[in-house]
Parts: sequence; C-alpha cells; structure tokens
Amino acid sequence: MIEARGLTKRFGSVVAVDGLTFDVEPGRVTGFLGPNGSGKSTTMAMIMGLDRPNAGSVTIDGKNYRDLRWPLREVGGLLEANAIHPGRSARLHLWSLAQYNAIRKGRVDEVLDLVGLTDVANKRVGKFSLGMGQRLGIAAALLGDPAVVLLDEPVNGLDPEGIRWMRTLCKTLANEGRTVFISSHMMAEMALTADQLVVIGKGRLIAEMAVADFVARSSTQSFRVRVASPEPFISAVESSGGASSANNDGTLIITGMDAKVIGDLALSKGIAVYELTTQASLEDAFMEMTSDSVEYRGAK
Amino acid sequence: MTTPPTEVVFSVDAPAGRAGLRHAVRAEWTKFWSVRSTPWSLFALVVATIGLGVLSTHALRTQPGFTTDPIRRILVGFNLSQFAIGVLGVLFLSAEYGTGQIRSTLSAMPRRPVVVGAKAIVMGGVGLVVGEILAFAAFFIGSSILSGSPSQISIGDPGVVRVLVESGIYIALLGLIGLGIASILRNSAGSIATFAGALLILTLIISAMPTFIVNAVSRYLPLNIGATVFSIGAPPRLQGTPVFSPLMGLIILAVYALVLLSGGCLLMIRRDS
Repeated sequence: MIEARGLTKRFGSVVAVDGLTFDVEPGRVTGFLGPNGSGKSTTMAMIMGLDRPNAGSVTIDGKNYRDLRWPLREVGGLLEANAIHPGRSARLHLWSLAQYNAIRKGRVDEVLDLVGLTDVANKRVGKFSLGMGQRLGIAAALLGDPAVVLLDEPVNGLDPEGIRWMRTLCKTLANEGRTVFISSHMMAEMALTADQLVVIGKGRLIAEMAVADFVARSSTQSFRVRVASPEPFISAVESSGGASSANNDGTLIITGMDAKVIGDLALSKGIAVYELTTQASLEDAFMEMTSDSVEYRGAK
Repeated sequence: MTTPPTEVVFSVDAPAGRAGLRHAVRAEWTKFWSVRSTPWSLFALVVATIGLGVLSTHALRTQPGFTTDPIRRILVGFNLSQFAIGVLGVLFLSAEYGTGQIRSTLSAMPRRPVVVGAKAIVMGGVGLVVGEILAFAAFFIGSSILSGSPSQISIGDPGVVRVLVESGIYIALLGLIGLGIASILRNSAGSIATFAGALLILTLIISAMPTFIVNAVSRYLPLNIGATVFSIGAPPRLQGTPVFSPLMGLIILAVYALVLLSGGCLLMIRRDS
C-alpha cells in the first residue's frame, strides 16, 4: 500500500507536484494518469526516494523508501528504461542489483526468462532496442518478488504484442495480491489495464476513482463486442490498428476504431457478430476532466 | 473487482537483517568488473607504467651518473598512473550519473553513504593491489636492467621497500580522491578536469608564487606528496621547500579523500538523484 500525503515538489519556482494526497491499494492495478509534464515521473521518483519532497510525505506500508530493509524485495520500480549503464550485460546488471539485496543468483535467470530476454542476457545493454530496455527494466522491478510494483510509462517502446503482454502481467501481479501502480498518458491503454485511477494535472490531484466510474462520465469511441471466434478477431483488430481486451463474460472491449470499421472487419474475416455496443471512452472522460481543472484554476 | 486478498507475503526468502555494506561491496565489485572499460584501462595503466620505467631505466643505464636516486627513474611511470587511477575513480561514480544507472543503484540501496562506502572499498582495494603490483613489478624489471651499472639498486637497499609499499598506497588514495570529487560534482568531464587541475595546474601555479606562499602551501599538494613518496631522499624538485615525510603526506591525502567522500555523501543525501 502506497500512501501519499500532501506530497509537494518544487524545482526552482516551478511547482511540479502540488500537495498530492492519494492511496494505492494492493490487489488491483492503479493507473496514474496525467498529460505529459503533469508530475507523474516526479511523484514516482519521490516514492522511490530518488527525489526529496519539499513538503508532505509518501510511504510504502508505512515506511519511507530510504528506511526499507531490503528495498528491491519490498518495492520494484521501473523508472525510465535508460537507467542502466550501457556497457554492462543484462545479466550482470541484474546480478549487481540482486547482490545489493542478497537475492539468489537463480532469480536473475528467472526474471530474464519472464520478460523474454534470455537469449540476449549476455549482450551489452547499449545494443538493446527501446522495447528490450523496457523489458530489462521490468525484469529489474520484479527481481526481488516485491509486494509493491511501480512502473513509469511501462508500455513506452513496446510493440503491440509487448503491450498486450504488459497488460496481462500487470493484471496477474495485481491478482496475486500485489500493489501495482503504473503511470501512463495513454488513456485507452489505462482503460484496458487499470481497475483504479489516480488522475493528476499540473501536479494536482484531479480524481481518484474506479475506472468504471471514470468511463461512465464520458461518451463514445469504445465498443463492447461479442463474436463467434474471439481469437482471430483480436488479431484482426490489432493488425488494423485497434486495441482490444477480453472480458470474463466472453465479450471484447475494442478501442481505436468505430462501429462501422469493426462490423466491416468482422464481415471481411467471416466472423459472426452477436453484439456491438458503444462503451464510454476514457480519453474523452480524461479530456473533460483535465480541461475542467484548467478552467477552474483560470477562474481562480 | 473482487475483494483484494490480504495477508499475502512476497519475497519469502528474505533473510534477517537488512541490506548493508557487505552486500553493497559485492554488488559494486560486480559492477566494477562488468564494464568493458575497466579491465582495459587497468591493462593500459600497467603497460604504460612499466613500459615508461623500462625506457627510463634503460636511458639511465646508457647515461650513467645522470641521477643519484635510480628508484625515481624506475617509478617514472607513476606520474602517468596517478592520473589514470584518478580518472578510473571518477568514472566509477560519474558514469552512473551520466547513464542514469545511479537511479537503479539507489533504488537497490537508498542509503547513499552505503553506496559511496562500498565504491570506496572496491576502488581503494583495487587501487592498492594494482599500485603494489605496479611498484614491485616496475622495480624488479627496472633493477634487473640497471644491474651491473653504477646506478644498480637492490630490494634490500635502505628505503626501497618503503618507497614501493607507499607508492602503491599513494595510487590507491588518488583513486579515492577521484571518486570523492565525482561524488560531489557528479559530472564526468568536470570531475576529471577538477582532478587534473588539483594535481597539475595547482602545483604549477603555487610553484610560481612568492616564497612565503610556496613554503606554506606546496607541501600540501598531492603531486608534491607524491614526489616525496616516490624517492628515497628529498626530491630535487622540492629542494629548499618544506616537505612532509612520505608517511605524513599519505595521511594528508587520506584526509583529503575522506573529506571529499563524506562531503559527497552529505550532498547525495540532500540532492535529488
């Protein structure tokens, strides 16, 4: 459980994070949503004890990050994928972090396998693509089997397959009972991954609510679809630029394409459609919410 | 969403106690050797130091009577290695800031003094071993070149072992001073420039000052301390100026290293990373 209380960070005269108070609870994925420059990364850095707040505090299970006994066993963080020396191999990078927290060597190969980097484990990190660097950062975050996982923009640089993998990973981690806190500026992605949202704009808290409630505020652009054969349809949607996620009741949530395109796509693949209904879009809800906050502050 | 499971325990194999200095030293040891530039720069350092000693002793053999203190000629390469080890000390930390690696390091060990302490132990240890190997290797090669010449010198001669042991310590301390400068400045180029400036430029400037300044300051300069460490008698360059004994000089260098590293720790605790 992460608790931020009046968290404030100033860089000179710029207030990057302005009195943020929120909770991140275990057992679900909490999305940390805000436009670029809204203070998400600074907040993440303060949770990890990298930046010092000017006021307020943030604790993990009641403790400051700097007071954790085995930091990587309690919190796993992905902060920008490039926080790695490019001259070191992936395996030795992870091994040095493991040694810092007395984590057994076998765990390094386990997490490399988990993120799919086993084949390039001995390659220098400088030769990695953005997506591979991101996977290595996630491996480092999971190294200590931590109860709290913080991922700053985890889908940056990932291909569609990687994005889907990340989404499943986050849900799995949360289902295991972990606290999962992921930041993003991509609303559609958050709608599919997160259960709970912390929304900020210009360093201030705008909303703290369930994704379902957040989506309910908005209008269009996301569709609930029931088809005869979901698997080929998902691939068809994703190769045509849409995004999809499966609900437990066998329906799919499709974003990034309109109803006509979805219907035509199903027809062209010869897949029967049993249901096609409009869902509210997180993007719209988000835009509404942030513009409200700007107006509110303009009027003040 | 169903009710979140409670009382779930992760990382079940966590040992008692907490992550501390001995874990950090192991991790920093791995980091030190897992970057390709480290073995290469140490190799270059060894080759250059010994090679320069060979050239210099060979010159001494063919021009006998050139100097009364052959050990200074044997160790002439240390004038280069003291800079090289300092640069290595700087980069051991500054490269982490340059690449962003420091954020990974501090997330694994958020207590800054433990990180700096572990780096100092690794850097000091490597510097000491490398420095001693260099000193003794250069001596045995150099003295075999000089054997039979008027300048011949043996390991049993008075002061020789003292010079060799202390030269290794000097190298280790300069590595730590480099690390200390980097812990304050963080930036590679600035730290290397500061290190080189403190050694070379400061010595040149001070030597051109009025006598009372020279007499008061020059014995505190690392390069002048080095000159006394590397020679059996008083180094000719410093004739007429007050100098510390080699041992006292090394203690003063250790104080510099300690002050720089402690200052760096305090700054790291207060600063954003």
